[in-house]
Amino acid sequence: MCINMVKVAFKVNGEHIELDVSPRELLINTLRSKLGLTSVKYGCGIGECGACTVLVNGEPVLACLTLTVDVNSKDIITLEGLSKNGLTDIQRAFIEEGAIQCGYCTPGFIIMAEYMLREVPNPTISDVKEYLKGNLCRCTGYINIFRAVLKAAKSRVSR
Amino acid sequence: MMYVIPEDIEFIVPVDLREALELINKLNNVKALAGGTDLVVDLKTGRFKPKYVVYIGGLKELRYIRDNNGSLHIGAVTTIQEILDSKIIAEKAPLLRAATEKFAYWQIRNTATIGGNLCNASPAADTAPPLLVYEAIIKAESVRGSRLIPIREFFKGPRQTALERDELVTEIIVPYKDLENSGYSYFKVGRRRGYDISLVAVACVVKVEGGVISDVRLALNSVAPIPVRAMNVEKTLIGKKPSLEIIEESSKLVVYDISPISDVRAPIEYRQYMAKLLTREALLEALKKTGVM
Ligand SMILES: Cc1cc2nc3c(=O)[nH]c(=O)nc-3n(C[C@H](O)[C@H](O)[C@H](O)COP(=O)(O)OP(=O)(O)OC[C@H]3O[C@@H](n4cnc5c(N)ncnc54)[C@H](O)[C@@H]3O)c2cc1C
Ligand code: FES
Ligand code: FES
Repeated sequence: MCINMVKVAFKVNGEHIELDVSPRELLINTLRSKLGLTSVKYGCGIGECGACTVLVNGEPVLACLTLTVDVNSKDIITLEGLSKNGLTDIQRAFIEEGAIQCGYCTPGFIIMAEYMLREVPNPTISDVKEYLKGNLCRCTGYINIFRAVLKAAKSRVSR
Repeated sequence: MMYVIPEDIEFIVPVDLREALELINKLNNVKALAGGTDLVVDLKTGRFKPKYVVYIGGLKELRYIRDNNGSLHIGAVTTIQEILDSKIIAEKAPLLRAATEKFAYWQIRNTATIGGNLCNASPAADTAPPLLVYEAIIKAESVRGSRLIPIREFFKGPRQTALERDELVTEIIVPYKDLENSGYSYFKVGRRRGYDISLVAVACVVKVEGGVISDVRLALNSVAPIPVRAMNVEKTLIGKKPSLEIIEESSKLVVYDISPISDVRAPIEYRQYMAKLLTREALLEALKKTGVM
């Protein structure tokens, strides 16, 4: 079988990465297995849970449905990148509000919450529900997650 | 199983549309990949087992939204989010925008393309009802040249289109001139906010002139093998004075336009009931936007 490897170059959390990948390689596997960025979680593999959400050029995208060749020359941010300098305000709010149980869904929620706060600095509860509607949590029942995101928003605005 | 795409597939990244068309013409057992939100899943599950996959999602020349002489021209790999965010679409084809607003969620919309939504030909495709209402024209290209397919002739059955084996959709043309200044609405019920594969959705445009309905168009998805126009409802309304009674009466006729099935997502009776209900709501909302009700 002929495997045409492709050179891809992109930025992950500010760092330049160059790799040879098979064009059918999925971004989730490149990030987790090759780059060790295990905050990107594998939940369903079919686009239904949001656990694998990463930012590509600032926009949230599902790593389980994205080909690595498609991020060539793009800029990727994972939760490792967001929390480079210690816990972010959103992460702290998640801890304080008990918005984490098993934690598997948490990175996806935090990436989406970060994206939302950049777009809508002063969100209402319905904004929060709208932006997070693609993310599933099997444990917390969402209430604490919404509370945490609103708390982080407030602390950001008053800063 | 859903971790990877199985081994025996070759991906090819063409540099431009011409190369893509040549590859698709030349190769056997080939599939185009745009955003991949349908196809990557189908490759993982083995629903499709192409030998070659030609990646068209990166073709810049197929990614645009232009306004030209009363029609919008939308490149096939334009994403659903780009359509949702577009000022031109909001102004000229607000019904299409309304449908993309109800389309999946942020992460999917950023990747999913309009061309992929149509070519996947799911009976539940959300861009289909508004495009049926606008009577959009699909531009298909192959190495032999290009042709224009009216959207009403595009869908042939679940996952089946009028495309030849080696044709790609390159552009969607949306004539909006006739429907400017009309009321519009898009109503959709799904199982879950976010994972909104529709159970029934209705797109509607109404124009009122001189106190009577001068133009009305309705289209539904998920209630027939392909997305359909509700001609029986439309015929009853045209030329009439808008009233609650006529809306009530005409929306019941939608059952003659649809042929729903029972499946894992909903039984037939529910789909029929919801089709009537959503048709009524869609008409009401669209008429409200015209200011007459
Ligand atoms: C979690 C989830 C939620 C979803 N929610 C919705 C929803 O709410 N509404 C909805 O309508 N859909 C929904 N979908 C389905 C899917 O996202 C859409 O159909 C999407 O628009 C497909 O576009 P794509 O670019 O990802 O297509 P791809 O997966 O790249 O392609 C789909 C098919 O079309 C063919 N194709 C693609 N582009 C072309 C072209 N230009 N010419 C010829 N053939 C082409 C491919 O070969 C393939 O067979 C959802 C999917 C997921 C995973
Ligand atoms: S793992 Fe990607 S959406 Fe569930
Ligand atoms: S905390 Fe367990 S899935 Fe959300």
